[in-house]
Amino acid sequence: MTFNLTVSPDFAPDHISGWYFFNTWLQRKLDVGIHLELYDNFEAQRNDIRADKFDMIYANPYDASMLVREMGFQAIARPASKSDETVIAVNAESLFQTVEDLKPGSRVATTDDPDVHTMGMIMLESADLDKSNTDIKQHSSYVVVAKNLLNGDADAGFFLKEAYDELSELIRSKMRVLVSSEISVVHHSLLVGPRMVEHIPAIQTALLTMQDDDKGKGVLESMDIKHWEPMDSEQTEFMIDLIDTLIE
Amino acid sequence: MSEQDTLEVRTVEISYFDGTKRTAEIVDREVPYPDGKLIVSRTDPQGIITHANQSFIDMSGYSEEELIGTNHYILRHPDMPAIAFKGLWDTIDQGTKWHGYVKNLRKDGAYYWVKATVIPNIRNGQLVGYTSVRRKPSRSKIEESEALYKTLMAEE
Ligand SMILES: Cc1cc2nc3c(=O)[nH]c(=O)nc-3n(C[C@H](O)[C@H](O)[C@H](O)COP(=O)(O)O)c2cc1C
Repeated sequence: MTFNLTVSPDFAPDHISGWYFFNTWLQRKLDVGIHLELYDNFEAQRNDIRADKFDMIYANPYDASMLVREMGFQAIARPASKSDETVIAVNAESLFQTVEDLKPGSRVATTDDPDVHTMGMIMLESADLDKSNTDIKQHSSYVVVAKNLLNGDADAGFFLKEAYDELSELIRSKMRVLVSSEISVVHHSLLVGPRMVEHIPAIQTALLTMQDDDKGKGVLESMDIKHWEPMDSEQTEFMIDLIDTLIE
Repeated sequence: MSEQDTLEVRTVEISYFDGTKRTAEIVDREVPYPDGKLIVSRTDPQGIITHANQSFIDMSGYSEEELIGTNHYILRHPDMPAIAFKGLWDTIDQGTKWHGYVKNLRKDGAYYWVKATVIPNIRNGQLVGYTSVRRKPSRSKIEESEALYKTLMAEE
């Protein structure tokens, strides 16, 4: 039987090959067939997840919540010292100095990344802004969000901090960060579904010792992950409870 | 700090639901909510703190050792009407999520406003505790809440 792996489409495109290397590495370690399927948008991926197409998912925290609570997945590992933070940025020349300077009618550029969008909207609340009094436009990538800020088509843009930091120096020099979240306990995780449960011990062992040999280390580097840390069910539940408080 | 802050210091006796009391020095000085942060704590089903994140420690002014094992009412500000917390407990007792604006008392007597959400933590169908996550409230919501709580206090 071949299992199916997918990866939340919010990582930088430079790391796509890293996930293919990871898949090859994991198949050798486990001696099972795994097919990797990547998506360029959240919606299409979520539909396939709901249709029960996958056995292993590197998920953003928002999807992890659905996978654990509704589909019986278990989080088994997380990338070390990597958390999901959100940045609200503006054009470097704009007059906005704080979030509270943004006014009703502000044009907000976002993506379909559910975590970043949720956290971005939460950080706008202190300015009394919400979806009813802002003009929100969803774009296909963070680069497009940045372009909208640079050419004046948006007043504020939401970014995954990691993606913001990976934009080119030139683009970043034309933007300014208004606020950056510092939550630290919300992060991606690797989840395994019910059909693949018997492989969990082997997967965990393989992941947690991945940095110990040159091959594994190289794969980790290409995914921009230092090493994996174990996650138990209570850590997962805690993160999901926290996310629950942030969504309506 | 809010414009109306007087920096006046008063000594107040705070009585809690369980019959205990403490005397606190209250300073009329607001500590602004830090941008981008969430204040997170967890309690057991009785409201005893079991977890506090760094933002909670920083904003409350207590150490982690002082917070863990203490009743969450340690943050209760005397300007908060009892009915607000009755609403909180009635809501979470029913297993549902509660949202509200809360003025909290710091260890040093100053205060900070939060927009709080509290949810029950259910594991295998059992209530094991509660999680509260706070975020930065808007100035207009703080002003609305101040006015509302003043009215409610006058009625208590
Ligand atoms: C998870 C959780 C978090 C709470 N956080 C606060 C808080 O930040 N500030 C506060 O005054 N009360 C908080 N409470 C409510 C207190 O338990 C308590 O009801 C309140 O301080 C009023 O005190 P009293 O019940 O003794 O009148 C929290 C309760 C729970 C379950």
